[in-house]
Amino acid sequence: MMSVPRFWRKQVARYNLIGTHCANCGAYYYPPRNMCPKCRREGKLENFKFSGKGEVLTYTVIHTAAEGFEKQTPYVLAIVKLEEGPSLTSQIVADPKDMSIGMKVRPVFRKLGESGERGMIYYGTKFIPE
Amino acid sequence: MNAGIVSYGAYIPKYRIKVDEIARVWGDDANSLKSGLMVHEKSVPDFDEDTATIAVEAARYAVKRSDINAQRLGAVYTGSESHPYAVKPTSTIVAEAVGATPVMTAADYEFACKAGTAAIQTCMGLVQSGMIDLGMAIGADVAQGAPGDALEYTAAAGGVAFIIGSKESEFVAIIEDTYSFTTDTPDFWRREGMPYPEHGGRFTGEPGYFKHVTHAAKGLLSKMGTKPEDYNYAVFHQPNGKFPSRAASLLGFTKEQIKPGLVVPKLGNTYSGSCMMGIAATLDQAKSGDKIFATAFGSGAGADAFSITVTDKIDEIRNKAPTVMELLSNPIYVDYATYAKHKGKIRLA
Repeated sequence: MMSVPRFWRKQVARYNLIGTHCANCGAYYYPPRNMCPKCRREGKLENFKFSGKGEVLTYTVIHTAAEGFEKQTPYVLAIVKLEEGPSLTSQIVADPKDMSIGMKVRPVFRKLGESGERGMIYYGTKFIPE
Repeated sequence: MNAGIVSYGAYIPKYRIKVDEIARVWGDDANSLKSGLMVHEKSVPDFDEDTATIAVEAARYAVKRSDINAQRLGAVYTGSESHPYAVKPTSTIVAEAVGATPVMTAADYEFACKAGTAAIQTCMGLVQSGMIDLGMAIGADVAQGAPGDALEYTAAAGGVAFIIGSKESEFVAIIEDTYSFTTDTPDFWRREGMPYPEHGGRFTGEPGYFKHVTHAAKGLLSKMGTKPEDYNYAVFHQPNGKFPSRAASLLGFTKEQIKPGLVVPKLGNTYSGSCMMGIAATLDQAKSGDKIFATAFGSGAGADAFSITVTDKIDEIRNKAPTVMELLSNPIYVDYATYAKHKGKIRLA
């Protein structure tokens, strides 16, 4: 699990799907970047809130989970392509048998994990079928 | 200056468990429970849902329904008896997730099932005094009931957010007045560090629910000079179907008046969300000019009564977020074992 400051730095981006948009070349990035890899010094990055609408590019069903996720198996992990362009990895809150490549998804606010019983709880975005 | 409801949003997890299934596990008579409680099934949170995630979903629907600029929210108060942290506010998580931070105030409330309406009253005071532009009051819970306890048949999950303002042009409903009745009554409690609440059994009825609900309701009717028949609809805290039905009858309200807001038979008791869910379900179908009488109850104990009049703006926003009936439709039924897993009643190594 993550350290408290590491999660806190990513918190707003995770809660509200805030990434970056390069005003120079028009590219969108999630997670947010500090520099546009295409434009380099000419890049003009600004914060951008994604609509959250997307589609499943590909997915897998996890049966042997990492620590902390054991009781959620089987669950779906997918690469979601947002309508603005960037892709991200996310859990999909759906029955594995309802999944298909290309399906439309929308974001929901869920618990991503926690640092045991005494540690902090990590919240953020997952996706559900539209 | 009046305070009013500028927007509202509700959220209910998609899972349900039937009273029959819980009764099967504990060897109880399901039919007598269903007719006694007037509850047939209750909502169950997903593995990754808690009071904070439910509060955020309801809050986001409230912001969306009236297309509010969340930066106008000067306060966010979340009422719950199942805040995920003992120390660390749920309200800051909600405020960050709806984009209301950082120039605002926030706090969490706890008053058993009426913490959400206490938050509404706080927001009314803040907007009427001009201290803030808009305030958000949330009631949300993943209610706790010990395995085998009577509460387990009704303790449900859900939440409702109201955005309270003072600009009459923005109101979908005017809150004309509110009246509270509060005493120190130990009918229900949960001690620090304990996973499940305790209650006084039948003691929760007369000295708890009925005394406070009827005093608050009669107090407001007398203060305003109104009568039950002046209202189109009435909502009372619904820990089960029987209590609000009896409270309505004691006060002179009819079955027809409480029908749209009586969501407990298919939902269970969402604790801090309970009365607010009934108000939301009533707003979902009320017309301009309709009057709603609502009384929330919280063990410990107190009741908050409200007199509300719906404006013509309700038709503009009603369908911009899911209605309570839409949230209750197409549930996924789970068995007791899955429910126990979702609620963390099974402790894994």
